[in-house]
Amino acid sequence: MTLLYLALFAAVLFGVAYVFRLVGRSATGNAPFFRDMPFGVAYGYMLAAFLLLFGIYYYLKPVDLEGVPQAGVMFFRWAVQGFIMFAAAAFVFRLIFRNVGTEGTKKLFRSMPLTAAFGVMIIIAYAFVSIFAGLIAPYGQEEILGAANIVPGGNPAMGGNPEYPLGTDQIGRDILSRLIYGAQNTVGIAFVTTCLAFFIGGSLGFLAATLGGWLDQLLSRAVDALMAIPALIFALLLITIATAWAGSASWQVTIYMIFIIAIIDSTRVFRLSRAVGLNIVVMDYIEAAKLRGEGLGYLVFREMLPNAYAPLLAEFGLRFCFVFLTIASLSFLGVGIQPPLADWGTMVRDLSQFINFAAFAPNVAVAPLLAAGAIALLTVGVNFVVDWMLHKSSGLKE
Amino acid sequence: MSEPLLKVRGLKIEGRSDETWNPIINGVDMDLNKGEVIGLIGESGAGKSTIGLASMGFTRDGVRISEGSVVFDGVDLVTASAADKRALLGKRIAYVAQSAAASFNPAHKLIDQHTEGPVQHSVSNKAESQEDGIELYRRLRLPNPEEIGFRYPHQVSGGQLQRAMTAMAMACRPDLIIFDEPTTALDVTTQIEVLASIRDIVEQFDTAAIYITHDLAVVAQMADKIKVLLKGDEVEEADTRTMLANPTQDYTKSLWAVRSFERPAKPSVVTGSTPIVSVKNVTAAYGTVDVLHDVSFDIHAGRTVAVVGESGSGKSTTARCITGLLPPRKGYIEFEGVQMPLDYRRRDKNQLRQAQMIYQMADTALNPRKTIGETIGRPVEFYLGLKGKEKRAKVDALLDEIELEPTEYFNRLPSELSGGQKQRIGIARALAAEPKFIICDEVTSALDQLVAEGILKLLAKLQDQLGLSYMFITHDLATVKSISDEVVVMKDGVVVEQGEKADMFTPPHHPYTDLLLSSVPEMDPDWLDNLLEQRGVDNIGDAAVDKM
Amino acid sequence: MSGLLRIIVQRLLLGLVTLFVVSIIIFVAVNALPGDFAEAILGQGATEEAVTAIREQLGLNQNAFTRYATWLGGAVRGDLGVPLSQALFAGNFGTTATGTDVITVVDQIIPRLKNTLFLAGVSAAIAVPLAVTLGVLTALYRNSAFDKAMNVSTLSAISSPEFFIAYILILFLAVLNPVFPSLSNIFPGMEFSERLNRTMLPALTLTLAVTAQMMRMTRAAIINLLASPYIEMARLKGLSPMRVIVKHALPNALAPIITVIALNLAFLVTGVVVVEVVFVYPGIGQLFVDSVKIRDIPVVQACCLIFAAVYILLNLTADILSIISNPRLRHPK
Repeated sequence: MTLLYLALFAAVLFGVAYVFRLVGRSATGNAPFFRDMPFGVAYGYMLAAFLLLFGIYYYLKPVDLEGVPQAGVMFFRWAVQGFIMFAAAAFVFRLIFRNVGTEGTKKLFRSMPLTAAFGVMIIIAYAFVSIFAGLIAPYGQEEILGAANIVPGGNPAMGGNPEYPLGTDQIGRDILSRLIYGAQNTVGIAFVTTCLAFFIGGSLGFLAATLGGWLDQLLSRAVDALMAIPALIFALLLITIATAWAGSASWQVTIYMIFIIAIIDSTRVFRLSRAVGLNIVVMDYIEAAKLRGEGLGYLVFREMLPNAYAPLLAEFGLRFCFVFLTIASLSFLGVGIQPPLADWGTMVRDLSQFINFAAFAPNVAVAPLLAAGAIALLTVGVNFVVDWMLHKSSGLKE
Repeated sequence: MSEPLLKVRGLKIEGRSDETWNPIINGVDMDLNKGEVIGLIGESGAGKSTIGLASMGFTRDGVRISEGSVVFDGVDLVTASAADKRALLGKRIAYVAQSAAASFNPAHKLIDQHTEGPVQHSVSNKAESQEDGIELYRRLRLPNPEEIGFRYPHQVSGGQLQRAMTAMAMACRPDLIIFDEPTTALDVTTQIEVLASIRDIVEQFDTAAIYITHDLAVVAQMADKIKVLLKGDEVEEADTRTMLANPTQDYTKSLWAVRSFERPAKPSVVTGSTPIVSVKNVTAAYGTVDVLHDVSFDIHAGRTVAVVGESGSGKSTTARCITGLLPPRKGYIEFEGVQMPLDYRRRDKNQLRQAQMIYQMADTALNPRKTIGETIGRPVEFYLGLKGKEKRAKVDALLDEIELEPTEYFNRLPSELSGGQKQRIGIARALAAEPKFIICDEVTSALDQLVAEGILKLLAKLQDQLGLSYMFITHDLATVKSISDEVVVMKDGVVVEQGEKADMFTPPHHPYTDLLLSSVPEMDPDWLDNLLEQRGVDNIGDAAVDKM
Repeated sequence: MSGLLRIIVQRLLLGLVTLFVVSIIIFVAVNALPGDFAEAILGQGATEEAVTAIREQLGLNQNAFTRYATWLGGAVRGDLGVPLSQALFAGNFGTTATGTDVITVVDQIIPRLKNTLFLAGVSAAIAVPLAVTLGVLTALYRNSAFDKAMNVSTLSAISSPEFFIAYILILFLAVLNPVFPSLSNIFPGMEFSERLNRTMLPALTLTLAVTAQMMRMTRAAIINLLASPYIEMARLKGLSPMRVIVKHALPNALAPIITVIALNLAFLVTGVVVVEVVFVYPGIGQLFVDSVKIRDIPVVQACCLIFAAVYILLNLTADILSIISNPRLRHPK
């Protein structure tokens, strides 16, 4: 039955698109825009227009229907408002930095698309929050406060409390504070892990690219073998063993996890830095330096590395996202960052059952999504920036 | 004369970069009558190819026609609908691209790509068009015309592919063909065959053509009239003979003048003197395949030895053996009578200093992250041990020598320099080691003619001042003529012939040297005709078979 | 043709060698457990008899090489040993668990592997056509508003952890609009439509995660292809846009697209773990996570080997298919 409706809808849209193109052609006197428009494109325009109209209609629907909250409409409104707010913030952020700062940064922000500006803004905000978490957070991350299960929103009528704007969890810890400390723990640990992975993978990769020969063969084959096991699976296996080593000292598990993920991830870094290194090694200026009689240290640090910063920085962003998501997933599965440290993955898991109350108490369902959203927001931001960097560097080559 | 076949008026084209539209072509006019061939020439960045494509009503991504008209047989291609343009493209206007290897679809056989146009435009059916294709292959003197079309592009050599593409362009018997540097990627001896066959077939079918190239001598053979372009502007247009004999504009005159630079001959070597560099019976291999066979020659003090050959002849490999990057399998290298360690890693600083290199691609020869001062300063510090002020003074002196203002260029990055300036920095870096011997590996082939001439003059001046010896690797015989004292001709890793330049350029010589020398196009519009007459058409066919 | 065959055989052998090396890595990793394997598992409170029983059960009194050979030999024959829970039972009660009612690792894994493959199959069936279509469309209309919107949404989808996508889907498709059940408790003998219905939410989650990546890679591959001179040539021959795509782009796009699909299916294997946990889907991923938590080493080891094998197999398939679809190798000089 649904299928029938869908087919009917598609057919109606088909007609509308045809009329749209026809009208467009006659109204503009067969302008090239309408004249050379394929039917599929006309159909696409109509579909987009329909979706836009439907979105507006849905947004304007009442939130409350005879005392029953319309959760769907509320979530939709929040999403739209959030989207517009972030876009506006990014726009203002970019505007400010186009006019403030050194010539270099001004120029950088002028060539920046809005998505990348959004990413930069997010990264700065997260860095700020995670560094100053202790000062910003209203309560401690392990502090158990008076009441448990206070609803987010701060509205006493709906079971909230203005002192805990995002509510408290099942054992009465402030969710906002835990989110803020989560930034410190989750982001901090992911950052350290990525740095470690880059240190290991990057130096070995460059060494392999510069020296070549048996060392390159040995390292490359070893990396091939390690990469044949999916990263998350391998991490889970190793963490099983690590927990046996750690015994009851749960903080050790976190330390082991950092090393395990760093090593697994360093294989990917190795691949990239070796490839980047190989591209640079064949350059004539490296040959000139070799023929001059320069040593290995000078070759790697003075000639090669300065030319590898751009691709390595982009890769650092991607690797960070990957590590960050892996750690979040592990925590979500219960084997990553160990309690009592506040951590977003663990928070999502602990709060997940609140989702089921969404239909009659939309505010309640927000709590787990906030933590998951915090993870997504940072990776989205980093990915936007990396996407822009990659686009820029590929554009320069053309 | 009635309306011309192609009439371009006030053509302006813009390209997109950094989010804005910048002009590429600033208003060009062009008329082309039926059966006429116009040559578009200019240096890189002149906008030749852009105009070529625009005459088909086509622009690449990020490029647009902002103003003007391109009227082909009454139809303005700028405003025509996509469908109307498609009906003309391939049928009445055809295109021959620079790289045939990349422009044939690797997934289909040549003949299937050939017949596609005629079948799509309902000019003929597949069987007829296939027969016609074979006939065209025959006329273009491709070997095994019946069979070659049934191969895939990667199974056919570059020169043959270029002719197959010309055949494909001819498939619908168009009124106009655009040739976009069709022979630039080919070796000189292959180029002749392709040029001759393209010219014949254009004449036979009375096709109009736009022939785009940067090589004056080539355009002199192909075109009825020539249009000279500079940075998107027309410099002048005239019929070929007038243009070659009496160019009116200074820019054109300077282009023509490049061909006349030739340094005076030096006295021949004193017999018995020790050469600066001796290559002694060198045989070298990549992996297990020998690429050099028993190569020997000497380079004496203050002289330039040009090593000439087509791609794959082993010129650059010889240079790698001399510098020690590729230790020879047999034989050895002597510097001033002393045998060098074969591997560069076992040579000491002083030995390394003796032989310096200047590279073909100035872009990859300079570290893009180092300033000019750092690039030149490093060998000064490394070899001569100079630091601080002394080092700075030496770098400034070197910059003076290569005719660049020290204060202006010291802190610049390579990306802020032009191609010719970069090449000069490469020279300065080599000079900084105070060597006696420099290997110049195709140093001018990536540069425009005027710039290249400047580099050659600079190298000649430095040689006179400092008594340097050069090993000059090149495939361009005009360069050989202008700068060398001795010539070594190589083919397939073997030295075919060597001797004083004067001897090399006067017959009799080895048949390969003969072929190589006679294949270099000259500015005389009758040169190709004369050459073909001399060789006889069949000879060219044989050469083609020989190259397979 | 023989050249092509040789390359394929070479790749197959390489895949086997890789699998072999991977089995060694897994074995070595497991044997890096502190002290004695058995003690570590049972903890400090274990009785001497229990430890001895476990040792015997797992063959720990033999040297490492023999143990590896036994394990590998078993794995090849389809015998991956006995889960620790069973072995523990035997250790504590002094009976050797070789009776008929013993549940082996293989017994535990097989039905769950089938479930996981079903889930992955459903996701792939939705994701592959969707991703390829969208990828081609965004490549054709690149830099349009459609392309930019797709770029932002796919980047967001890639950036979101699977559990975030999962909960959003639960929120909208299970809680607010009860279209699909949020718990995927499937069991053998279920009707296909019911089974499909319950698999839908986890499958959609995986689809979203994989489609984004696959679409972006397809787009990149097609754009790369459309920039090649032979496509420009085809357009300059006056061919219709349809013909340019079908006849000139597609045959050459096959290899990169196949590679993209296989790579992303390999990614699906990893994604399965988290998604199965969220939806309590009885697949191998959930078994793996549960075994990790209770440190059931034989099961962990076996799951790990299976995941790696599937992963290697998919990468190998991508490799071989792209070799076959390369005209240069199919028609040697």
